[in-house]
Amino acid sequence: MSAASISKAISVRDIARDFTAGQQTIRVLHDIDIDVHSGELTYIVGESGSGKTTLISIMCGILYPTEGTVRVFDTDIYHLSDTELVEFRLKNIGFIFQQYNLIPAIDAASNAAVPLIAQGMDRHEARERAVAMMDKLNIADQADKLPNQLSGGQQQRVAIARALVHEPRLVVCDEPTAALDARSGRRVMDLLREVAVDEDRACIIVTHDNRVFDLADRILVLEDGRVTHDGTEMPEDH
Amino acid sequence: MIWIAIRMLTGDRQKFYGLLFGIAFSTLLITQQLTIFVNLLERGASGVYNVSSADVWVMDPVSRTTDVAYAMPSTALDKVRGVSGVEWAVPHIRATAAVRTKDGDLEGVAIIGVDDATLIGLPKRMIEGSPDVLSQPDSVIIDDVGMTRMFPDQSPIGERLELNDQRAVIRGIADAIPSFTSTVVLYTKYSQALNYVPGTRNRLSFVLVGKADDVSAQQLVDRIEAQTGLRARTREQFAGDGVDFIIENTGIPLNFGITVLLGFIVGVAIVGLTFSLFIRDNIKQFGALKAIGVSNGRIARMVAAQAGMVGMVGYGLGVLGTVGFIHAFSGDPTFKGFYIPWQIPLISLVAIVLIIALTGWLSLRTVLKTEPAAVFR
Repeated sequence: MSAASISKAISVRDIARDFTAGQQTIRVLHDIDIDVHSGELTYIVGESGSGKTTLISIMCGILYPTEGTVRVFDTDIYHLSDTELVEFRLKNIGFIFQQYNLIPAIDAASNAAVPLIAQGMDRHEARERAVAMMDKLNIADQADKLPNQLSGGQQQRVAIARALVHEPRLVVCDEPTAALDARSGRRVMDLLREVAVDEDRACIIVTHDNRVFDLADRILVLEDGRVTHDGTEMPEDH
Repeated sequence: MIWIAIRMLTGDRQKFYGLLFGIAFSTLLITQQLTIFVNLLERGASGVYNVSSADVWVMDPVSRTTDVAYAMPSTALDKVRGVSGVEWAVPHIRATAAVRTKDGDLEGVAIIGVDDATLIGLPKRMIEGSPDVLSQPDSVIIDDVGMTRMFPDQSPIGERLELNDQRAVIRGIADAIPSFTSTVVLYTKYSQALNYVPGTRNRLSFVLVGKADDVSAQQLVDRIEAQTGLRARTREQFAGDGVDFIIENTGIPLNFGITVLLGFIVGVAIVGLTFSLFIRDNIKQFGALKAIGVSNGRIARMVAAQAGMVGMVGYGLGVLGTVGFIHAFSGDPTFKGFYIPWQIPLISLVAIVLIIALTGWLSLRTVLKTEPAAVFR
């Protein structure tokens, strides 16, 4: 990756996040300062409860931080109104959820077309574009099938198509290899690198799957709500 | 997004049909029960509606309805005829009697004696025969309810009845609105009715009055009451009195009201439960949509579309069911002439909108409360 092609996609400054449980307030993120760049496959790794889900939720604009600022492509997203933030997510962010969360009653292509339909595009046109994206992922032949007629891997590809169909500048992926064997996991990561990483697009993956750590361009390690490592490889002690 | 919402709804067939059933059942229960209630109430006015030519009914001051009447002396007729604005006035007798059929069975009947000369007091339409048959000796005209009840498998024409030890021959069938109790009604001439109904000196139940063109029915009522001391009611007022009597003296409004309320509660329960289950099953998808960037407003419209579709289709099925019910039973004398007043589907619609709004709002709250971040957990 050339230096010229790398630009700052996300800038997180002094982020903290508290949750209240009964009368107790628990701080799950402490003073997070990180930058994520376009053109990089960035991993956020950590044990369960380390705060990686909270951090990714804050970085993609679906969970307000208690303190700090988050700039995504130079937009201070938590200074936007609720409506503006929703529109910002719709336009700029693609999501791949761990459990895919496809809508069971509509076919694969329509599922992949959801962000375009939500943007107001005509349903048939959106579907055509979704099929084109599915073609890139080699599942165009499954376009007319319902999610429950697809294998887990095919469902995941539909979820990837849904995340990319509207050409977002940031792709957020939650535990994409959690339910896969090592070989399938690496294949998914290769696929994500191929289709989701772009010089104008950042891709963040939350994972604790050490089988795929070597595929990352950058790894952020979270422990007890703090970033303890920021590098191109996992630290020796992990 | 509305298309997606509808597909989400119809895709889960069990819940979709459950929701439709809940709404359709509620609509059916509310519409059908209100229809029967209103039509039964209107039966309280059937005695008045069957005599379409009378503008004013005159009676003893204590009389309340066509069926709850105290007899007047026959001089009342002359008194009424003496009031200016009265175009015509004829006697009308209504009484009860027991009739013995040729099989030896006893049947309680209502005897209605109509004016000998003009036959005013007869229903407007005849199913068989003409009003003139009453000019023949011992003639009676039976109403269609009586025909169905007493002669279910044969024509009653020519049949002889024993009416309080008097002979009566059925020579016609009247197309009449049944009474509240669906009693068999026999029409005969006033003079003949006096023979059939043994009684006291006073046997005139009502004086039926036609008004002159230059006076309103209400003006005539006021004049008659002032000049005769009798009670007079316009046709509409007296029909209303019959309805009010049923409302005030029977438990029917309460019973039907309870059933309608039950229909509403059942609707809320079935639809509320099924809809909240449906929303709960799809909460992950709604959460994902919120995370992707579908606004709460759009989510609300999606849920509203789902609720609206269920409501619309379920309501349509319920109303169709009611129409089918009324149509299927229209041949039964109990339901003769039953119709669905336009206000009743409207009332059902309001009830269904309330059910849908209430259950939709409760379900929507769950969706709106869902944090988009929950999809990552």
